Order: sequence, then C-alpha cells, then structure tokens
Amino acid sequence: MSATPTLVARTGAFFHRYANPGRFLKLGARLQPWLTWPALLLTLAGLGWGLFFSPADWQQGDSVRIMYVHVPAAMLASAGYAGLAVCAVLSLVWRHPLADLAAVEIGPVGACITALCLATGSLWGKPMWGTWWVWDARLTSVLVLFFLYLGHIALIRAFDDPQRGYKAAAILALAGAVDLPVIKFSVQWWNTLHQPDSITLTGAPTMSSSMLWPLALSTLGFSLGFAAIVLARTRAAVMESRIRSLLSSPRRRADATQTTLQGDAA
Amino acid sequence: MTHLPYILASYGLATLIALVLSIGAALRLKQARTQLAVLERPSDRTTGATSPL
Repeated sequence: MSATPTLVARTGAFFHRYANPGRFLKLGARLQPWLTWPALLLTLAGLGWGLFFSPADWQQGDSVRIMYVHVPAAMLASAGYAGLAVCAVLSLVWRHPLADLAAVEIGPVGACITALCLATGSLWGKPMWGTWWVWDARLTSVLVLFFLYLGHIALIRAFDDPQRGYKAAAILALAGAVDLPVIKFSVQWWNTLHQPDSITLTGAPTMSSSMLWPLALSTLGFSLGFAAIVLARTRAAVMESRIRSLLSSPRRRADATQTTLQGDAA
Repeated sequence: MTHLPYILASYGLATLIALVLSIGAALRLKQARTQLAVLERPSDRTTGATSPL
C-alpha cells in the first residue's frame, strides 16, 4: 500500500531535479547542438534521397515522394500531442513548473506540424484520390487533433492568472489524448479510404527498403528537429520568465528609476 | 516527373514551416539571452564604482 506514494514521490523527485531553471538552461544549452545539427543533416539527407534518388511507386508514380514529408509529419503530430499529455501529467500531479512552460511551447510547433500533415495529405490525395479531402476516419481524427492543438494554444493563454491557464490546458491535453489511439487504429477499426499502416512495430514493413531508408532518415531528422525547436523555445521561455521576475523585483525597479534619473541629469 | 506541382508544394511547405519555426526560435532565444545578460550584469551603478574612462 505504501509503495505507490513512494513511487510517485520518487518519480516527482526525478522530474523536479530539472525544475531548477539554471540546471535546465545548462543542460539545454549542452543538448541544443546535438539535436539541431543532426536534425538538419538527417532531414536534408532523407528528403534529398526521397526526392531525387528513391524509386517511383508502380501505382502512385512520383507522388509517393510526398510520403517522405507526410509520414514524419503525421507521426510527429501524434507524438507531439503525447508530449503535451505527459507535460499535463507532470503539471497536474507534480506541479512541475517547466512542464507548463514546455506545454506552452509544444502547442504551436505541434499545430504547425499537424497542419503540414493535413496539407501534404491533401496534396497527395488530389492526384491519387481525385479529391483534396474526404471525411474519412483517419483524416477526420487528425483534423480533430489539429483543433485540439488550437484549443490548447488558446486556453493556455486565455487567463490573466497563468496558473489557471496551465491547469485548464493540462486537463484539455489529457482529455484530448483519447484522440491518439483513435488516429492510430482508425484504419483498422473503420473501412477507410486512407491506406493501412505500412510500418508496424510487430510485422515486417510492406514497403521496399529503397523507400524505407529515406523515410527512416527523414522521420529521424524531423523528430530531432521538432525536439530542437521545442527545446530552443522552452529555453527562451525560461529566460523570459527570469527576465519578467527580475524586472518586477523592487531592487531592479529602483535601478531602472536611478538610470532614468541619471539619464535626465546628464 | 508526374504531379510535380503537388510534390514541390509539399516540400516547399515543409521547408517554409521549418524555417519559420527555427528562425523564430533562434531569434527569440538570442533576444532573451541578450536581455538577460544585461539585467544580470553586476551593476556598477549600485556599488558606486566609476568608469575607467
């Protein structure tokens, strides 16, 4: 019976080790180049390979090359929202301050990548299906995910008291996580126009390795890029928070007043 | 290459979003770092130190 609180406390202690802004900024600065440069190289290699060197599909022709953008974007749209849900748990259970800041920063990046997924899906659908959009279960559930991201972005900034915004947005993020399995299994649960998954955790991939490798590279590159952008934005948010607290401290206000008076006297 | 406009639009959109997000993050980080450095610099106004000039 006493094991659960201990586990919760231990997990909380682990996450709170990085609640210290100074420690997070130091770790973030060290991690940033290790995410940014591999992301750039892998994305360029994956997309370049996919665009110029991978073969055309026997059915889809060259339109299959859209897959090298669409599939990583789709995977990251879901993964980003899962990250948002993890931040929500960290915020609601352990009141982790960095989790709230990270949630603020993940939202817009996730919304952009979901918009990219929907747009590239439409750009593939027009030549292949003959239409930009169908109310198919997979497409509709990803559209719902996009609206969840927009709702989260709006809600987290909607209150004068940021803590209330963080709490409301965390609840939305957790409730919206129900959409993730719906997206994943939509192609199995319903008879959709969208094709079933070509890559699964259990079975062998149903695509040629000449297409699988560039897809793997671009997926890895996009993932590192997503992490790099979120990390950079979160680092900036931590610094901005520190700036706000410094500017609102009485000593700093006095300094600013003194500077103004000295400026006037000069 | 068939369906070239669709392919170019997809890659162009991905590049545009990546550029906007990464340049935005880099500029925000740079601005915050500069502002924080100014605010956290040991102030010589309050210690009474004078400029070497």
